[in-house]
Amino acid sequence: MRGRLPAVTVEVLLQGVVSGLMMGFVYALIAAGLSLIFGLMEIVNFAHGEFLMLAMFATFWAWALWRLDPLVSLPLTAGVLFLLGIATYHGLIRWILAAPMLAQIFATFGLAIFLRSLAQALWGVDFHLVKDPWVQGRVSLGGLFIGLPQLVASVGALVAFVFLNWFIGRTETGLALQATAQDRQAASLMGIDTDRMFALGWGIGSACVGVAGALLAIFFYIFPDVGSTFALMAYVTVALGGFGNVPGTLAAGVVVGLVEVLGGLLIAPALKYVAVFLIYLVVVLWRPQGLFGRF
Amino acid sequence: MSAQPGTLLDVRGVTKRFGGLVANKDISFRVSHGELVGIIGPNGAGKSTLFDVLTGFQPPDSGAVILDGEPITSRRPDEISRRGVGRTFQKLKPFNQMTVLENVMVGAFQKTGDPAEAHARALECLHQVGLKDKAQAHARVLSTGQRKRLEMARALAIRPRLLLLDEVTGGVDQGSIPGLIELVRAMNAGGVAMLVIEHNMRVIMGISHRVVALHLGEVICDGPPQAVVNDRRVIEAYLGGAYAR
Amino acid sequence: MPRARRIVLGGLALLALLAFPLVFTLPFPRHLMITIFLYAMLAQAWNLLAGYCGQISLGHAVFFGTGAYTSTILVNQLGVTPWAGMLVGAVLAIALSQAIGYPVFRLRGHYFAIATIAVGEIVQTLMINWDWAGGARGLFVPMKRPDSVVNFQFHDSKQTYYYIALGLLLLALWITRRTERSRTGYYFRAIREDQDAAASLGIPVTRYKQRAMALSAGLTALGGTFYAQYILFIDPESVLPLSLSILICLVAVLGGVGTLWGPVIGAAILVPLSEGTRIYLGGTGKALDLLIYGALIMLISVIQPGGIMALAQRGRRRTG
Repeated sequence: MRGRLPAVTVEVLLQGVVSGLMMGFVYALIAAGLSLIFGLMEIVNFAHGEFLMLAMFATFWAWALWRLDPLVSLPLTAGVLFLLGIATYHGLIRWILAAPMLAQIFATFGLAIFLRSLAQALWGVDFHLVKDPWVQGRVSLGGLFIGLPQLVASVGALVAFVFLNWFIGRTETGLALQATAQDRQAASLMGIDTDRMFALGWGIGSACVGVAGALLAIFFYIFPDVGSTFALMAYVTVALGGFGNVPGTLAAGVVVGLVEVLGGLLIAPALKYVAVFLIYLVVVLWRPQGLFGRF
Repeated sequence: MSAQPGTLLDVRGVTKRFGGLVANKDISFRVSHGELVGIIGPNGAGKSTLFDVLTGFQPPDSGAVILDGEPITSRRPDEISRRGVGRTFQKLKPFNQMTVLENVMVGAFQKTGDPAEAHARALECLHQVGLKDKAQAHARVLSTGQRKRLEMARALAIRPRLLLLDEVTGGVDQGSIPGLIELVRAMNAGGVAMLVIEHNMRVIMGISHRVVALHLGEVICDGPPQAVVNDRRVIEAYLGGAYAR
Repeated sequence: MPRARRIVLGGLALLALLAFPLVFTLPFPRHLMITIFLYAMLAQAWNLLAGYCGQISLGHAVFFGTGAYTSTILVNQLGVTPWAGMLVGAVLAIALSQAIGYPVFRLRGHYFAIATIAVGEIVQTLMINWDWAGGARGLFVPMKRPDSVVNFQFHDSKQTYYYIALGLLLLALWITRRTERSRTGYYFRAIREDQDAAASLGIPVTRYKQRAMALSAGLTALGGTFYAQYILFIDPESVLPLSLSILICLVAVLGGVGTLWGPVIGAAILVPLSEGTRIYLGGTGKALDLLIYGALIMLISVIQPGGIMALAQRGRRRTG
């Protein structure tokens, strides 16, 4: 194994915990979209990472072409992703709702590969970065240094997550979504247009990723493959929180974020993802339906 | 553990909870060799859960299940099956991408490793249930009545001593019912003990040696069909207090 | 098609394949066929687990890599012939598959698929960081001259590689055919169709899943050793990536999962397609052929998840 890091002090550890916590909120938001879609129709969107990548690119181009700061273009990006989600539903998903699981997995996997190579064909493999965003620099909170972009991203993610939960739990549309998720037949008997709900679920789930992507684009390098690691973290988060359980993804996201950072600190930076995957395997072994899921 | 001569299945105090819901509460009854016991009860009485417990798909929270003197409580479904217990499912589970014959062969393979023997046994069972001419059809094109027969043939192929039938006539058209009843009677006449969940009262009355009535997870009556159907508690459970004498 | 006609056609096809390298003596056609054979064999191995037994593994590259690394390390460290290394690799892959199966088979559906991705990623990351085994730089198989079967290296022509690859494919096909007709094959399919019904008929489900896993992993590892001896260089990027796992699935899905000839058909179409786009679309080929893969995968899933075999069956039924 490569050489170890210098000694891990309490301060470094604390820094790591905060960092992991913050990243956890972003993972939670990304995962929430995934969980929403799965809860509705038992389909995992394996192209979720690519949606995130597209959101980041959208933010980048809005900045590169029109000098729009990521925070300004955020609603735009969310809207674009919302439409992408609905288009994906009507163009692809609707046709495989009754297909065997293998076909469903492959449909979104194919979409993922397609979108990733499209991005590469259009914009190349180089890394892009939004320069000079409104939010930059660091703040000092209680002796710890926290990057302002990271802070804004995590707070933004948390706010979006809370808003999502409020929407699902308290609005009429949100409740209709829940009803459709729990019992498609009963919901349709009650007059809920399940097709519309599915499309809406895809739209909202994708919009979540849109918001996350816009926030991440403030400080993250943007390139066609950027979505894949986030996607894996998101799948693990959803599985940990329990497929279909949107509130559960918050705790799960935090767990994933913390394990990633602490694993990187305490074991080795190159192995931080290994730590995450191992935790996933341990948890699903112990509770196959995830920490909070219904099977 | 002493087994009464003639007792094949001994269910003792089986209790099963799902969170706050008690699906089975202290259920006890016996099935003798070759006996046909009907299980009745309004929806939600816990009948299918009981089957799941008996066949190893759900472990009971307390109680015991003893097959021919041997405890099978909490054993795996395949272990219980290999000890001679077959079952059908309320929500039918045919092997859709396989033919009718192949479906039954899967059952037949329990007793033999030879594909030719399994083939022969499967045809035999299909003949018994009247599906021989559909042997090459894919399971997914069958009607509900035919699927029920297929599940029975498949379960028969393992040469069970005890067969659990979950809903014989549910979802089947009226015309097909007498044929199904005859089939059940014939299987029982062949020496297979049976536990039959059934909603159709006339059917149960016609074929059962004994009936066990469940209500809200508990056994409320256990005896010959005529006695059970006239039992006050049973009438109350099905039709409400006003009808009980 | 009557049996006699099938045997004759099959015999002719086999003869054609055997004669191929004698007719086409240039390296490229031979390389193309070798690649087709290899992918068909890998897809067939995956097909046993996923197509017949219904367990969709998206991390199968793990076993490929195990075969490749085991034989290569044994060649480098102990001078052992790659054939022995191939066997050891297969044994290790089987052991690994059982270890993976133990936790992972408790999961169903999407949880299972994601777990297999996770395992694949863990192994790849570990290998990238394991310097003794080459790390990210990879391992070379030292060139040994003259050509010899014992050393499993042939530099002057690809002919022997061709026959070995064909042999491996025939082995995979034979194993699949035999399994298909046996009790094991029936049990695999029953598990795929409905696990609970299968258990109610006395099938020890987990034990048979592990069996499918072992068969699949062992075969895949053989392919890994072949690859190592063919290319003479391996690294985590070439033998362990998620993209390889996906490609293996794609070949099987395109041709038809759960069928004997599906993987062969899938490879016969996909490999030339991939080579073609690489050659004719030049430098940007990498992204463009992936673009086509992606579109192809989506199309298959929507139109005919059963792959080409299913399309052919539909056509046959319609024409009586």
